[in-house]
Amino acid sequence: MKLLTHNMLTSHVQGVTKGYPLIIKATEVKVNELEFNAQFVSRMIPKLEWKALIQAAEWLGQSQDLPSTPKPNYESVEDFLRKVHRILLEVEVVEGCLQCPESGREFPISNGVPNLLLIEDE
Amino acid sequence: MSSSCRRPEHMAPPEVFYNEQEAKKYSQNSRMIEIQTQMSERAVELLSLPEDQPCYLLDVGCGSGLSGDYLSEAGHYWVGVDISTAMLDVALQRDVEGDLLLGDMGEGLPFRPGMFDGCVSISALQWLCNADKKTHSPPKRLYRFFSTLYSSLARGARAVFQIYPENSEQLELITAQAMKAGFTGGMVVDFPNSSKAKKFFLCLFAGVSGVLPKGLGSEAADRAVSGQAQFTAQRSRFKHMKGKCVKKSKDWIVEKKERRRRQGKEVRADTKYTARHRKPRF
Repeated sequence: MKLLTHNMLTSHVQGVTKGYPLIIKATEVKVNELEFNAQFVSRMIPKLEWKALIQAAEWLGQSQDLPSTPKPNYESVEDFLRKVHRILLEVEVVEGCLQCPESGREFPISNGVPNLLLIEDE
Repeated sequence: MSSSCRRPEHMAPPEVFYNEQEAKKYSQNSRMIEIQTQMSERAVELLSLPEDQPCYLLDVGCGSGLSGDYLSEAGHYWVGVDISTAMLDVALQRDVEGDLLLGDMGEGLPFRPGMFDGCVSISALQWLCNADKKTHSPPKRLYRFFSTLYSSLARGARAVFQIYPENSEQLELITAQAMKAGFTGGMVVDFPNSSKAKKFFLCLFAGVSGVLPKGLGSEAADRAVSGQAQFTAQRSRFKHMKGKCVKKSKDWIVEKKERRRRQGKEVRADTKYTARHRKPRF
């Protein structure tokens, strides 16, 4: 599971109102290499919940001097874009779980795939 | 796929039907791969995404990642959701670029609002129309899916679903729940006059009303398409289907006369006596 996806995920259990962001408890993390696309990263930055991204990076020990708010005029700062690209698309949680901040319900992650199947009552 | 006359969704729930054996076909059967790729291509075409711009897309029922690969090749980034672990395992083996999630679309999509630039789904939505558990209510599941999808999509985004509807009631059920969730749009049918090549694409618009694209082959009545035989078992079975299992009802006779007229043959005019039941000695 990449952090870009994590930034989008909330708990879809019925009745939960504050199911975002999901807490990451990772036991295995890996870093891949992916081709850098500045246009895509620039387009995604306004969609991101920046605080959640920073927090997620911290949980994975990948903070790497990301600023607490996105830089103004980030489209032209390639260095910054590359850092964001790395944290969004190259860092991957392989094993672990996602925990709902409201209910405490855990969604396991195995082989990089989070299991979001709900049980009957949810 | 498996049995020749039965629809997969009548045989087992999707997480059971798409077991390792079935999943293997998606990585090995070249005809299956070809057809899935073609449908993905058409779905992306119908999405009408802005040119030369990498987009963030959702692939519902991504399975083994065949459609996802097409999205990646087109330069887009995607997130896939599927209910079958066996299929997702194949996707992992094939090293797809998109991020995969194990989930049931009928339980709703777990995303923040306005995240995706578009959504594709190949041969998946019809699975929601069957109740696989006592607690399942297809309309409710469809609505939960469509309403969460509607909110997950950015304003002006589209969702394109390639489906195999069983009958017109199923189509109505699907479109009703989609409209209830706020979508506009409709069905695009490619090659409507060919029972082999006919394909249904449900095109939905989120937030803006768009012009529905035209189906392929809607002008040419006899477009020949090759290599589609394998899928005829799961083809939609509407009132008129070529083959001996159709009753020789009035509808069928009128259809046949129409068909022959289109072919340019000489046909008697339709009167009140058309398709009237004759006595056996006739």
